Amino acid sequence: MTPLRTEKNLVKITTDHPHGVGTDAARPDGILKVRGEFAYSSDLWAEDMLWGTALRSPHARARIRSVDVSRALAVPGVHAVLTHEDLPGVKTYGLEIQDQPALAVDQVRHHGEPVALVAADHPETARRAAAAIAVDYEVLEPVCTEEQALDPERYGYVHAPGEYRGKASGNVLHRQRVVSGGGVTDEVRARADVVVRGTYEVGMQDQAFLGPESGLAVPAEDGGVDLYVATQWLHVDRRQMAPVLGLPEERVRITLAGVGGAFGGREDLSMQIHACLLALRTGRPVKVVYGREESFFGHVHRHPARLRYEHGATRDGRLVYVDARIVLDGGAYASSSPAVVGNAASLGVGPYVVPHVSMEALALYTNNPPCGAMRGFGAVQACFAYESQMDRLAAALGTDPVELRRLNAVEEGDALPTGQRIDSPAPVAELLRRVKALPLPPAAGADLREMPGALSNTTHGEGVVRGVGYGVGIKNVGFSEGFDDYSTARVRLEVVGGEPVALVHTAAAEVGQGGVTVHGQIARTELGVERVTIHPADTGVGSAGSTSASRQTYMTGGAVKMACEAVREELFARGRARHGWTHDDLSLAGGKVVSEAGGVLASVADLLGDDAIERTREHHHRPTQPFDPETGQGFGHVQYSFCAHRAVVDVDVELGLVKVVELAAAQDVGRAVNPGAVVGQIHGGSVQGLGLAVMEEVVTEGGRVRNPSFTDYLIPTLLDTPPQPVDVLELADPHAPYGLRGAGEAPTLSSTPAIVSAIRAATGLALRRVPVRPEHLTVRRPEEG
Amino acid sequence: MEFLRPETWDEALALKAEHPDAVPVAGGTDVMVELNFDRRRPPALLDLNRVAEAARWESDGAVVRLGAAVPYARIVSELGRELPGLALAARTVGSPQIRNRGTVGGNLGSASPAGDAHPPLLAAGRGVRVEAASVRGTRMVPVDDFYLGPKRSALEPDELVRAVHVPVAGGPQQFSKVGTRNAMVISVCSFALALHPADRTVGTGIGSAAPTPRRAAEAEAFLAGELAERGLWERGGELDEAVVRRFGELAAAAASPIDDVRGSADYRRHALAVMARRTLGWCWAGYTGLPERSAA
Repeated sequence: MTPLRTEKNLVKITTDHPHGVGTDAARPDGILKVRGEFAYSSDLWAEDMLWGTALRSPHARARIRSVDVSRALAVPGVHAVLTHEDLPGVKTYGLEIQDQPALAVDQVRHHGEPVALVAADHPETARRAAAAIAVDYEVLEPVCTEEQALDPERYGYVHAPGEYRGKASGNVLHRQRVVSGGGVTDEVRARADVVVRGTYEVGMQDQAFLGPESGLAVPAEDGGVDLYVATQWLHVDRRQMAPVLGLPEERVRITLAGVGGAFGGREDLSMQIHACLLALRTGRPVKVVYGREESFFGHVHRHPARLRYEHGATRDGRLVYVDARIVLDGGAYASSSPAVVGNAASLGVGPYVVPHVSMEALALYTNNPPCGAMRGFGAVQACFAYESQMDRLAAALGTDPVELRRLNAVEEGDALPTGQRIDSPAPVAELLRRVKALPLPPAAGADLREMPGALSNTTHGEGVVRGVGYGVGIKNVGFSEGFDDYSTARVRLEVVGGEPVALVHTAAAEVGQGGVTVHGQIARTELGVERVTIHPADTGVGSAGSTSASRQTYMTGGAVKMACEAVREELFARGRARHGWTHDDLSLAGGKVVSEAGGVLASVADLLGDDAIERTREHHHRPTQPFDPETGQGFGHVQYSFCAHRAVVDVDVELGLVKVVELAAAQDVGRAVNPGAVVGQIHGGSVQGLGLAVMEEVVTEGGRVRNPSFTDYLIPTLLDTPPQPVDVLELADPHAPYGLRGAGEAPTLSSTPAIVSAIRAATGLALRRVPVRPEHLTVRRPEEG
Repeated sequence: MEFLRPETWDEALALKAEHPDAVPVAGGTDVMVELNFDRRRPPALLDLNRVAEAARWESDGAVVRLGAAVPYARIVSELGRELPGLALAARTVGSPQIRNRGTVGGNLGSASPAGDAHPPLLAAGRGVRVEAASVRGTRMVPVDDFYLGPKRSALEPDELVRAVHVPVAGGPQQFSKVGTRNAMVISVCSFALALHPADRTVGTGIGSAAPTPRRAAEAEAFLAGELAERGLWERGGELDEAVVRRFGELAAAAASPIDDVRGSADYRRHALAVMARRTLGWCWAGYTGLPERSAA
């Protein structure tokens, strides 16, 4: 599909470059990855290295009466066995609230919590030794449900009042209210002609990245440690690790190793502290690699949620109010729950103009697995609920669901319930119009692979009903609520072999999103060079913030642009000083300094000689404000991102099997720095939303995870992945570098409700819960009506 | 752990007699998973990959003798005509990589109720026999006597599955499997059906819905009886809707499924009835040459 480029909105780029900004420049790591030659963190190797492993709790909640490591220490080949008593510094860490012990201290709060560590000369020896550690648990009844968590006097505290570190109280980890237009009063309710109410549930989704948590810690001569690890934010790892290791931050040096996907699941620490502790204790390099099962316990998941919504509208379809309560299960530790709550609350009515809002979002502490960052971050759960509500409202009004959405869609200049006005393009109605206008795919042919169930041969057309559904969502870009998540870039320009070469050094984690590609494109565009070298990401340069929140092209890309501009200015200054140039339109192209009037003035190689120009710049986005805790008012978000979907599904209504036939998307990306990569993000995000719609869920029972494997935690395969036409709009945001808009998360929001809406259309069922399972469509139809 | 690598069946059987705890391995798609998850730590592995005969099949026109280590991919490409039910099931096993490695011998050795090969073997008729070999000799175990419990079979500790003998299909066969995604999925439940016009019998097999793979004997007898009584074997013609429905009910009633993380018992029963009705429709269409009816 041809992207829409509205000329008046296109930002003038300094120079045109065939592999610069706006081109489908190839990934520098692409061929290696496709050929299986790329070195991931699990491939790290050092002479004399030991293997580390963790012993994890089999219980969701228990007191630890004693830990006896003597039998483990006696296993030949074991070099160290550690418990919390061996922690040299503070015992807890956390992204926002330091409530998570590096190793369990006298109690465990979730299934899989690490209790002890072993280093041995072989991974198998380490596992055997870990199994030989005797832990005496007093098993307690876990706090698992909303009802239990909200009644701590009866069911207990996940974190005892004395140890509680959150801002709220009891088992409430964080709470955010949003009240606008005076809230939803009886008088406001009376103004609505039509009211729809619904309670929705979202299951616990996993990031399911393919490269398991892994890294290599190497003890250093200065008493510090060098860690090579697959992560999302090097500097915040270090900030959390150093106090636990009892080291000053500068003696904890981190280099990014090859990352096999992240999606939020590497935002928290996993094996970082453990590997470093073992390395510092044994004086040997220590490698830790999780298996798939341990990986399910080694990172946070997407918050399961229960969402109660009430929408009121006038007879002609205008929204009057939304009254909602969103309860997120944060699990045993805080992770990024407060920020997830902030997103759910502030984005909880969706991309719609709503005059009166009364919204409460909260996260609970429970003994379920800890939940935190995952692509879409609090906005995913809300989007499933508010889009389901918009469909119900359309049905109640007897109106077209897309037209109802378009009628209420926000536009540039509108205020969201937080009071923040949208001050850049917000083409929500246009995105919906575009996905609706696409031709519908033809009916399935005779090929079994086109049927629900595919080659499992469950239908030859019997029971198959087609359905179409729509969804649209709103996601914030960058960190919000007053957080200054700046990015740093260092750019060095020098001559190598007679040719100018730019070296770009940032700490930005390349997790597969294509940051390394984009940094090269920006350097080529800004410096007019062919050759760009991307320095490995490490803590030798300032923070780049997290590879999350759809922010890296905006933030670190922006920092690279700034550093390039500074290098360029210095180069021009040298030229002016040396040659007395007076042109005011200097630019760089093809390794030359050029001016429209003066033509080619000098080559960069001549101007630089043996010198190098190096500049480091920090890129800060415009400041935001915290939300008022009681009213949620505030200029809380940096930027918004919008995506709309149309899903076409074939449902075998007798067996409850679903085949998504087509998943079309339209998204505004402000400026597609790499159009191919943008479409890739939209495809990938949409499929992750498809997974949540029809299959992906970490199933727990009494806090225990029942399906920690890819045998039973299913993610979409190629046969589950439909054709995905994508319509990319480029309506520049005047506040952002190149006008770009973060693109990675918005597609994950609306694909889930669009698919479920299509399944509803095919089956006539209400479907209040995702993932939709075959039995929900057949024998067990929960919460109908 | 010892790793035993026989070159011939005689060597393999001698080693198995010597090491009755040795676990045979061919494709490794079950055994290696168990080892990696530390669920099992046998003192020895008996690798059958060098025993060339194990990866061969032969047919005398009436019965296929399928070597224990013939991978699923070859069953799909080479045996679609002789063993259509098994070939359909083989096509649903795991991913292409798993189908290149996994074997029917492995399914039988593991005797998991979720093994995709079991239902079509049961449906292929009571003449299906597992060739269980040991230094003491060879036993031909009828497939109905082979499955004893979850992951328990009639194999003695010194025996190996050498081959399975399956009659060449004399009528249409179908296999249908429910999973919660459209490829590479372990069965929630499955159903196999074969019509045997020569002896006017019906074969069925149910997977993942009881402690062992099992046949729906009442459904088989009911359908064979109806076909005989109404003269349908001879004259073909439409199947009565009530017969199809009753067949589905009896197939579901033969199962004793559980609730687990893959699906509920109720859903499994429901799905079995649907699959039984549909596979019957397809088999009957295959038998009569009438078009498949889209009502099911």
